[in-house]
Amino acid sequence: MREQIMNHTLSTVQIKPASRVPEFLRKKKRWNEILIQGFLFFCGFVSILTTIGIVFELGKESLLFFANPDVSLLEFFTNTRWQPSIGEFGILPLATSTLLTTLIAMIVALPVGLSAAIFLSEYASSKARSVLKPILEILAGVPTVVYGYFALTFMTPVLRGIFGEQNVEIYNTLSAGLVMGIMILPLVSSMSEDALTAVPRSLREAAYGLGSTRLETAVQIVVPAALSGIIAAFIIAISRAIGETMIVAIAAGSGSNFTFNPFKAAETMTGYIARISGGDVGYDTPDYNSIFAIGLVLFLVTLGLNILSRRLSAKYREVYE
Amino acid sequence: MIDHQTQTKPPIISAEDLCIFYGNFRAVKNVDMKIVPNQITAIIGPSGCGKSTVLRSFNRMNDFIPNCHVTGKITFHGHNIYDEDVDPVQVRQKIGMVFQKPNPFPKSIFDNVAWGLKINGMKGDLSEPVEQALKQAALWDEVKDHLKKSGLSLSGGQQQRLCIARALAVKPDIILMDEPCSALDPIATLKIEDLMRELSKDYTIIIVTHNMQQAARASDYTAFFTMDSDRAGVMVEYGETSHIFTNPQDKRTEDYITGRYG
Repeated sequence: MREQIMNHTLSTVQIKPASRVPEFLRKKKRWNEILIQGFLFFCGFVSILTTIGIVFELGKESLLFFANPDVSLLEFFTNTRWQPSIGEFGILPLATSTLLTTLIAMIVALPVGLSAAIFLSEYASSKARSVLKPILEILAGVPTVVYGYFALTFMTPVLRGIFGEQNVEIYNTLSAGLVMGIMILPLVSSMSEDALTAVPRSLREAAYGLGSTRLETAVQIVVPAALSGIIAAFIIAISRAIGETMIVAIAAGSGSNFTFNPFKAAETMTGYIARISGGDVGYDTPDYNSIFAIGLVLFLVTLGLNILSRRLSAKYREVYE
Repeated sequence: MIDHQTQTKPPIISAEDLCIFYGNFRAVKNVDMKIVPNQITAIIGPSGCGKSTVLRSFNRMNDFIPNCHVTGKITFHGHNIYDEDVDPVQVRQKIGMVFQKPNPFPKSIFDNVAWGLKINGMKGDLSEPVEQALKQAALWDEVKDHLKKSGLSLSGGQQQRLCIARALAVKPDIILMDEPCSALDPIATLKIEDLMRELSKDYTIIIVTHNMQQAARASDYTAFFTMDSDRAGVMVEYGETSHIFTNPQDKRTEDYITGRYG
């Protein structure tokens, strides 16, 4: 380097303007910056690679499944029976029970979660909040397997006591759905609360200044202003419920059942995947391959919900300075 | 200090020995102030002297600040608004407020004005009262063709007039304005000042401003506040604006309005 500069200055050859830059202004190679930047990029890229890997694996195995002559795409989406042992591959019974448990969970989680969020952000004193929030966070930290046994050994007996043992089966989607709702509640309430507290105080003051009550302000001004965040919370909650596995595997029953009766046992898509992947079904059998096809459907549904959530929250996003 | 006219007209609202505390800290002390109806009263003073705190105590907006409490009296229609059995929601219906930064609701222009009417129990077709309020706020001609557009789509000055229209719609007696022009450009500011003059025929206006020219231009009465040695805000002088600005009685007022302090 030095030699080069010497050569340049000695010779009468035209000197590049860059090399006239004095030492203290000259561009430096900051190796640590380059290294760290590269590392950060790599970490960001890992998530993309993982997604690509998942899609590839699901797609590949699903293709194997659909290549099977016993399986047709049309039948897969229309047949109301799922009995791989006799060659019936209709996803509908699994899908309806996923839908049913999700619906029940949302009936619990959305209204209660949003109400809790409204209470926390609009009504609770800082003291009440400091007690309630940690409790909700504990609820969020309970392992799902514990919820599963809570459903089976507590919720189900309670339901059987209320509705009659002859009506409610030991494994049923109602119990699983209700407990799943309790599990998802903290997610809904904390995300909704974030959205509500992000609404500027000036908006609340404007409402109070017109002679509105706390309730009118909360429900008619603050909630609509936070709608984008609340909708995002709801949709993430739905995705979470669709993908939840442990509770339904333990409490909703094994064995597909095309029913909308919440008192009956019915296996969900995730429950089926969990059972087959942990069970003794041979590798490369249609049964085994089918879990990838179901996994792909689940993946597409949650992907669709995420896209919907982004769209909706962009649509409802209000602009504040 | 308070001149003859103040005494002849009964005050619409008055503060008596008003002290405002944030926790143990006394932010404002011993304010006595009688507000003359259908006049514009300006509250001026350096930053931190409690101007906004006093203004917000007139419609119990300080209730929302934890640890804030008030001693003394604010008498409105013959009653202390801090009495146990007074509903602050009703107080705020009668004493409206316009804030420093325009804060329209994320609703349409129409709904911004109509909302206050709805929560106060008005039903049916609200287009008449909404139109009236927008006209009073000198905004009607600019927005009449797109009432369905979001209130947030308007310019800053228009947004502030929308907020004034919103406050007017519920027919308050008094409008409190907390530095309503501080976020606006000079032209929008002049528009608001003209509007205030127009509105003072029907309403009583109390305005906090850090802009002395604005107080001199736009108000009938001026109260000068400053910070005392114990950091509590005090009212130094209160009287007709022309007197305060031409013939201040107190050295501190004179220093402030001549720009030697603050």
